Amino acid sequence: MTPAPEQGALAIRARGLVKQFGKLTAVDHVDLSVPRTNVYGFLGPNGSGKSTTIRMLCGLLTPTEGQIEVLGLKIPAQAEALRLRIGYMTQRFSLFDDLSVRENLEFLADVLGVPKADTRRRIEELLEQYDFADRQKQLAGTLSGGQRQRLALAGAVIHKPELLFLDEPTSAVDPESRRDFWEKLFDLADAGTTLLVSTHYMDEAERCHRLAILDHGRLMADGTPAELTAALAGRSLIVHASQPRRAQQVLVQVPGVLSVAQIGMALRVLCDSGDAAVERVRAALRQASLEATVETGTPNLEDVFVASTRLRPKDASERAA
Amino acid sequence: MSWRRLWAVMHKEIRQLGRDRITLAMILAIPVVQLVLFGYTINMNLRDLAAGVADQANTSASRAVVMDMVASGVIRPRLSAVSPQQLVDAIRRGEIAVGIVIPPDFEARRFDGRESVQVLVDGSDTAVQGAAAQLAQMPLASAARAAPPISVVSFYNPQRRSAINIVPGLVGVILTMTMVLFTGVAIVRERERGNMELLIATPITSLELMVGKVLPYVVIGLVQTTAVLWLGTMLFGVPVAGSLLDVYAAAMLLITANLSLGLLISTRAQSQFQAMQMTFFVFLPSILMSGFMFPFTGMPRPAQWLAEVLPLTHFLRLIRGIMLRGAGLLELWPDVLALAAFILVMMSAAVLRFRKRLD
Repeated sequence: MTPAPEQGALAIRARGLVKQFGKLTAVDHVDLSVPRTNVYGFLGPNGSGKSTTIRMLCGLLTPTEGQIEVLGLKIPAQAEALRLRIGYMTQRFSLFDDLSVRENLEFLADVLGVPKADTRRRIEELLEQYDFADRQKQLAGTLSGGQRQRLALAGAVIHKPELLFLDEPTSAVDPESRRDFWEKLFDLADAGTTLLVSTHYMDEAERCHRLAILDHGRLMADGTPAELTAALAGRSLIVHASQPRRAQQVLVQVPGVLSVAQIGMALRVLCDSGDAAVERVRAALRQASLEATVETGTPNLEDVFVASTRLRPKDASERAA
Repeated sequence: MSWRRLWAVMHKEIRQLGRDRITLAMILAIPVVQLVLFGYTINMNLRDLAAGVADQANTSASRAVVMDMVASGVIRPRLSAVSPQQLVDAIRRGEIAVGIVIPPDFEARRFDGRESVQVLVDGSDTAVQGAAAQLAQMPLASAARAAPPISVVSFYNPQRRSAINIVPGLVGVILTMTMVLFTGVAIVRERERGNMELLIATPITSLELMVGKVLPYVVIGLVQTTAVLWLGTMLFGVPVAGSLLDVYAAAMLLITANLSLGLLISTRAQSQFQAMQMTFFVFLPSILMSGFMFPFTGMPRPAQWLAEVLPLTHFLRLIRGIMLRGAGLLELWPDVLALAAFILVMMSAAVLRFRKRLD
């Protein structure tokens, strides 16, 4: 196994990744390159293959097809060697409900091979960092959603892994705790950890250094949030109309319009190309004799997501039909 | 195999068990309740069967015969009938289990040496049939006959007390039930609660996980063994003829055999409910076919082969040998070997079957 020089900076490299469960293709030919010391986001709706991909990358699921290399190790063949170098935070809380906060951490320290001499200090450190100093005797099952996620994160990093997988870590957490949680993630990234986070929240995706957008098991787009939104320049329009509902009904019929979303009194219109998009929309509104102003907007990740998921061939054929 | 990880799994299991009050209570309640219940209730020697008597002779000799039968304790007269037909009706209605018919020509028949008393039995219960057969063995009073040509000398349990037969076997039955169930559920529970995904993402090996989960239950099994033995001695005066060390060694063999079976079940079952069903699938044949309830030799050949696969069968031979006959463990080596082989096969299968994968 000799990694090519340009892969040196990659934490994860996957080529042609496929996972089938019987007839269902959960992950369909996904290529991934995750650079080190990055916060890399997986954005996609439920069932888009995010969890399955993460599980394959950790070596918990065997890919049906494709090659994976994580931290220079071939997966799944060398999955055991990988386990000490990664942390994995499961989507469902997987620590022991009937053990206390401290007991859970003690178990993980022993199992993940934290040097015996350091165990005590490391646990104190984590209890302090993750605000559990006065709850260390509380049973994990009685913690709140946000506290559980903090405990799970503390457990996942107890052995200071180089790479941390987080599968929808904030799906059951209130917004306040979500912000705190992301602060912790950036602290880890600053300290040199590579993070791979799956999410279906746009605001969380926006904070990642790089993003991969998954839909129906396929990789629809990847890049930095800025790259992804820049690619949509001129395709995102803001329409101010006196009758927004009616304008929306008209605009969804216009060829080349991918989506129309009402935001307050304004409409956010996404087109399939930037060429003369403004003129086409204006013409359509004029034809329906609707009062409206049309201007180009700044594309956001929501647009990126809609644009990349609407262009699937299946949808195109559905529209043609 | 890392001792630290093994200890971590064990320590975790002990802590969880310590918080599970109900399971903890069951560990002692199951053996104590079952011992008292079975010890007092299971009785292979039937006594006080409800009986009906049709004494058509009604002479002093015929009355003496009936008195003798009653005095044996096997029957208790409940019905006095005129004709055998009345007895048959009473048996059908379930009023009596045994009917005794003494024909009018009783004296003449006895004098001739012909059959002089007839015992009608409710054959729908085989145990009653067996007990009634004892009545037929009774020498008729004052008919001084020759002693029976064959005399039976019973060793080890001459009073034929059922408790002495039941208690050692009960050690095995209780261990079979609790040990298989505890471990069967132990790993499935982790899967159900989502802990398994965490565990397999760590460097814990299958062997560490299996052994670490099982060892605390070995201790529990020994505690249960001690409880049954101690109560059996106190309440029923069950002797321990052989060495106590051998008794515990045999118990250890059965405990390990059951735990490895439980582990195999837990690698297969998807839910705790399935694990329980599979446990009972093994548990019922164990009770019925091992020789605990019914004599092993009475079973047809294929059933005997099947029973040889059950750990309880071998344990029963060991424990009865050691406790009642004072045999040494090594004298009973074929059964020791069978249990060891069972453990080896089940444990290997469990470790091989347990994948550190989610698919």
